[in-house]
Amino acid sequence: MSLFNVFGVASSAMTAQSQRLNVVASNLANADSATGADGKPYRARQVVFGTVPLGGGAASGVSGVKVAGVVEDPAPMKRLYEPQHPLADAEGYVTMPNVNVVEEMVNMISASRSYQNNVDMMNTAKTLLLKTLTLGQ
Amino acid sequence: MANTLDDYLRFHQTALGLRAQRQEILASNIANADTPNYKARDIPFDSALKTAMDAAAAGSSVPAAAQYRVPAQLSADGNSVDMDVERAAFADNAIHYEADISFINSKLKSLLAAIQG
Repeated sequence: MSLFNVFGVASSAMTAQSQRLNVVASNLANADSATGADGKPYRARQVVFGTVPLGGGAASGVSGVKVAGVVEDPAPMKRLYEPQHPLADAEGYVTMPNVNVVEEMVNMISASRSYQNNVDMMNTAKTLLLKTLTLGQ
Repeated sequence: MANTLDDYLRFHQTALGLRAQRQEILASNIANADTPNYKARDIPFDSALKTAMDAAAAGSSVPAAAQYRVPAQLSADGNSVDMDVERAAFADNAIHYEADISFINSKLKSLLAAIQG
């Protein structure tokens, strides 16, 4: 029954979206982390989505979502003038993470909406399959 | 006799199979709404049903070929999923699927009535 593939597609997308949400959370939490485990300021990370053929393969047009990778944001770091800061350089500037908080909030809302869409999709597929089970009754 | 029964239900059976396949493809479109360079696909239902009916009459079955959707507006990441279109098509297809099931159910009921008298 091909409708079962909808579950696979939706759940792969939900996994990918929740990973995106995790990365957003990490970015927002570390928006002010001037130093990390490697001694450098935190760099914003972004997930990159890719497709993965499901069911009948690529020819059938059915494809799920996978996280193809997590890349570091190449945007320039923020520089903050704070001479009292222990991490300030000779000129009194502290290098801060390149997290764009507004962008991350938008990213978060987008991820959560996409997640909801996939939940909806799963519910519809479930209703249809249950209806199919009642055939002939 | 078995052949007659097959013929009796063939149309709705084929339509139901196609609806399920289309639902799957629309689900892929919605799932990949944020995937860069993903191109939305769909099957043209009327022509696909015609092809599938011809194949079913000959006793074989071919999966319908998905075609790329022409997007109303382009996006910077090369993704051509229009969420409004896809959600509408998804809901529409789900209702048609349920309708098909109702048709099959009523056909089975009348068949049963004929058998039991």
